[in-house]
Amino acid sequence: MATVLVLCESKGSALRGASLPAVSFGREMAKARGAELALLLVGAGASAAAGDAAKLGAQRVIVVDDPRLGAYLAETWAPIVARVAREQGADVVAATATNLGKDLLPRVAALLDCGMASEVMAILGPSRFRRPMLAGNALAEIEVTTPTLVATVRQTEFPPAQPQGTPCEIVRVEAGAVSDLGAAFVALQETKSERPELTEARIVVSGGRGMRNGENFGFIEKLCDVLGAAMGASRAACDAGFVPNDLQVGQTGKVVAPDLYIAVAISGAIQHLAGMKSSKVIVAVNKDAEAPIFQVADYGLVAQWEKAIPELTEEIQKLKSAQS
Amino acid sequence: MKILVTLKRVPDPEQKIKFKGEALDLSSANYVVNPFDEYAVETALRLTEKADAAARIGEVVVVSIGPKEAAQQLRSALAMGADRAILVAGDDASLDSEQVARIVAKLCEQEKPDLVLMGKQAVDGDSNQAGQLVAGYLGLPQACFASSLELSADGKTLTVGREVDGGVELKRVPLPAVVTVDLRIIQPKAVRNRVTSPEHAYQEGPRYASLKGIMAAKKKELREVTPGDLGAATAARVKIVKIVAPAARKAGVKVETVQELVKKLHEEAKVI
Ligand SMILES: Cc1cc2nc3c(=O)[nH]c(=O)nc-3n(C[C@H](O)[C@H](O)[C@H](O)COP(=O)(O)OP(=O)(O)OC[C@H]3O[C@@H](n4cnc5c(N)ncnc54)[C@H](O)[C@@H]3O)c2cc1C
Ligand SMILES: Nc1ncnc2c1ncn2[C@@H]1O[C@H](COP(=O)(O)O)[C@@H](O)[C@H]1O
Repeated sequence: MATVLVLCESKGSALRGASLPAVSFGREMAKARGAELALLLVGAGASAAAGDAAKLGAQRVIVVDDPRLGAYLAETWAPIVARVAREQGADVVAATATNLGKDLLPRVAALLDCGMASEVMAILGPSRFRRPMLAGNALAEIEVTTPTLVATVRQTEFPPAQPQGTPCEIVRVEAGAVSDLGAAFVALQETKSERPELTEARIVVSGGRGMRNGENFGFIEKLCDVLGAAMGASRAACDAGFVPNDLQVGQTGKVVAPDLYIAVAISGAIQHLAGMKSSKVIVAVNKDAEAPIFQVADYGLVAQWEKAIPELTEEIQKLKSAQS
Repeated sequence: MKILVTLKRVPDPEQKIKFKGEALDLSSANYVVNPFDEYAVETALRLTEKADAAARIGEVVVVSIGPKEAAQQLRSALAMGADRAILVAGDDASLDSEQVARIVAKLCEQEKPDLVLMGKQAVDGDSNQAGQLVAGYLGLPQACFASSLELSADGKTLTVGREVDGGVELKRVPLPAVVTVDLRIIQPKAVRNRVTSPEHAYQEGPRYASLKGIMAAKKKELREVTPGDLGAATAARVKIVKIVAPAARKAGVKVETVQELVKKLHEEAKVI
């Protein structure tokens, strides 16, 4: 039977939250094509997350758990995903457009010799999708014309799949021959943070070049902490080394759509807007009343952050203590 | 070392986008080199020079698939210092990443570069596919979203810093390989080739073409070919049915004080 295969990422015994929107995409796709939904987990120790995946309403969970797949490499993973797709008779292979999804899925499409849609925002038909172009300033309706198709899914546009029904079967599949083509994972310089993941947080506070240095980002951090928010930044702030690069929000950074996005000392270049424009409520704090960020802000405060941000942190703190 | 760099012309991102019916109106578009591709050219030049002695130690071939007018963007890469250019005829508005990748893969078979350097994404289509596809078609290792590159002493492997979701991953790939570059690759010390002194700090960003460079570019080879010549004439697999403007956000309000902001967020928007 026709199958929609969704690759899920896992971390230890947990599925990555980022993968849940792709599962929702998969369910919708399976319905649109009268197909079954299968979830795929790959990696050394990936079995640990299979139980969670089995609860997500798929017909089966396929696990390729092999010690040789310890660190992610596109070279070793892509042939496995492509082979499982063929064996399962999958005509759709999808994953969330996380960094891994963006790196891996085109390579899978090359191996399956099929067309691919990037950053799908909506399903319009069995092979028809809406996706952003030009930093989200244009929306394209596209048709993938090959019988099999690959898609990455924009995380903010599909709801995270919730557990439903009874758990499905879990099928173990051998990794088979694994060739890394000489490529090797060397190290991960991880950005440690106690705060929620940027792409999953309900509230995001971002700072820009106007923060002037990394130390001043401490004020943004304090505000994040009282709000339980994730911290983000503009490209200029990342480039200048104020904060790690993986905090960059935008066309070429992370795309976020929290309930509340607070942009501090960010001018609002189109490339930044592309990553946060679909937030429910946008607040801008900027000393320049003409800054383009105000054109997308629901609430704009023309002020110096040096005064406004500590004050805002204090007011929210007050509100929170009054609530509890 | 021979490097093949791909370069797409894109409508200037700073220009306002126009629509005509359910399509883009590009009649008055100003074209520029896709920023990531300009960074890829800069990266290739840094890898193939001894910067402290202003000497070239390799070859950089730039490739674009597009109409005749794309020769202008190729010339600008030649003016930066690339050695020669190939223009493959194509309609850049309807090409999909797969067609681009097939053509680039065919050129790699002809040119046999040690490294294929591409942008992480074309900022018009925002597909972020072509580099990975080329690597997939050719069975080459890939290192995408590179923010740093270091060539090994024997010149046979690259250690690439890749911007990933939780930080920076270091990946080692043997050459030949496909690398796609991210924004931070143009930082002063992001590219090391073991020939230029490790102390050497480049100016941030892609280099400007000097007048001498511009003059020299006029004499450099720019070969024109068709996908048919390369045996890579394929139909688009991803068809654009229509393109429309996104719904505009409704206008917001300015607040005067922090107190007013907090009140609005709490009582009106109910987000805190
Ligand atoms: C290919 C490409 C991709 C890009 N991708 C991204 C991306 O993904 N994300 C991204 O963010 N950018 C991206 N950019 C960069 C983008 O074009 C802008 O350069 C960048 O977003 C600007 O960052 P900024 O707003 O922090 O800095 P600026 O534009 O310099 O703005 C600083 C703002 O701070 C305000 N300010 C200064 N001091 C104070 C103060 N004391 N109090 C209050 N306000 C103050 C100023 O009024 C100003 O509006 C990309 C660019 C290119 C070419
Ligand atoms: N028409 C083209 N000509 C040359 N290179 C291209 C073309 N289209 C895409 N590329 C290259 O492929 C990269 C990724 O493009 P894309 O997959 O379209 O986002 C770009 O940064 C370019 O380096």
